[in-house]
Amino acid sequence: MSEIHKTMTIHLKIWRQKSPNDQGHFIEHTAKNVSEHMSFLELMDVVNQELILKGDDAIEFDHDCREGICGTCSMVINGNPHGPEKATTTCQLHMRKFKDGDHITVEPFRAKAFPVVKDLKVDRTAFDKIITSGGYVSVNTGSAQDANNIPIGKHTADLAFEVAACIGCGACVAACVNGSAALFTSAKVSHMALLPQGQAEREQRVLNMVRTMESLGFGNCSNTGACELSCPKEIPLESIARMNREFYCAEVKERPEKEIGGF
Amino acid sequence: MSLIQSSMGRKLIMGVCGGVWALFVFGHMAGNMLILVGAEAYNKYAHAIVTNKPLLYGTEVALLSTLVFHVIFGVVLTLKNKSAREQKYAMTPNGEKRTSLASRTMIYHGTIILFFIVYHLITFKYGKETFVTYDGVQMRDLHSLVVEVFQQPAYVMGYVVCLMLLGWHLSHGVSSLFQTMGLNHPKHTPCIKMLGKVYAVVVTLGFISQPLYVIMTSF
Repeated sequence: MSEIHKTMTIHLKIWRQKSPNDQGHFIEHTAKNVSEHMSFLELMDVVNQELILKGDDAIEFDHDCREGICGTCSMVINGNPHGPEKATTTCQLHMRKFKDGDHITVEPFRAKAFPVVKDLKVDRTAFDKIITSGGYVSVNTGSAQDANNIPIGKHTADLAFEVAACIGCGACVAACVNGSAALFTSAKVSHMALLPQGQAEREQRVLNMVRTMESLGFGNCSNTGACELSCPKEIPLESIARMNREFYCAEVKERPEKEIGGF
Repeated sequence: MSLIQSSMGRKLIMGVCGGVWALFVFGHMAGNMLILVGAEAYNKYAHAIVTNKPLLYGTEVALLSTLVFHVIFGVVLTLKNKSAREQKYAMTPNGEKRTSLASRTMIYHGTIILFFIVYHLITFKYGKETFVTYDGVQMRDLHSLVVEVFQQPAYVMGYVVCLMLLGWHLSHGVSSLFQTMGLNHPKHTPCIKMLGKVYAVVVTLGFISQPLYVIMTSF
């Protein structure tokens, strides 16, 4: 092999679990001739080919765009969701970040709200439930109005875009010592609370999304900051503080249901 | 649904109650620094507090109630947090994604600090009572009790460890309270985090300096 295509040997310890109720266990596998240009998912593809040739079942893992934008890939690599590199999804993590002879442990995202479906694949429907509870805005029917009719300052647009970058991968939950979905929920709450289009449901949105989040088995945020460090899109902790503010205000202002329209 | 029924509301109450204690420990440390001045100043300060009944009872009620809420909600939230991950990871995060150990272990040092508070009250508040008279006023000689206790190396070692754990608890707790209250801003948060750590160091060093002063001056 030339220097352009350096290869390495990687010792893998991979979680295998037949079904949600299976206890699961680690298997060990040594991958040889691993190109440094491979993404981590391509390494998993190669491992799967080797397993299939041996007559074993392929290891199941989530993946889709492989461009770092869809939020489908997951995996906890050596204790880090999406691997050791910051602001990177597993599909964009390349083997050049590892050394020849490295031992790598691969586990699924672990959280009660994200049950393992099989091997490294987890069910992240809980995030969909949070989104369904409040991730929408009211729009007038008819043709769309001119975008320039809604002035939004550059600073506000940037802040909203920063949190709108959340791809809903769930690394924040996987990284959090409490399995909390605060960063994800706060990104969605913040995104719409910051923009004029989100004002109609602003208070009810944060109440619904937080209550749904709390009912799904996620833990509570204890401000360790693990989510921010693991987020491939670098959603800041500031958005959790914003969600807190939004929630307290909405909670205090919420009227009992019977009084709405009761005058 | 009221704030107290939501986990986020409970966390806010837990944090604010912890904040009350963070302010108290600073005041307690600063007042007790009078031990460096002398027995008379120390005892007169203690006497002024215990004879001011509205201040004493008001503070005791505030401290006891905030401690109860802090502990109960701390335990309730921790139990929910533990149940959110039934199966632990084989490996813990490392490198750039590693978080501070203090922030991940609040319940453990918090528990030790709780036991320390009880032991501390038994030792001093409800400890041996001797009396001394200054300017014709008889008052409790708390100074001699403190000096007697602080001359025991084993006690001082345990005391130093517990106070360091308190400092560790504060190093995360103080700045975390601001985040929980929703106060996070790129302009102010770095300063709040730094001040939180400085606060923890000042409180810890202030408390630790007292037994060390007693030991050093007793030889």
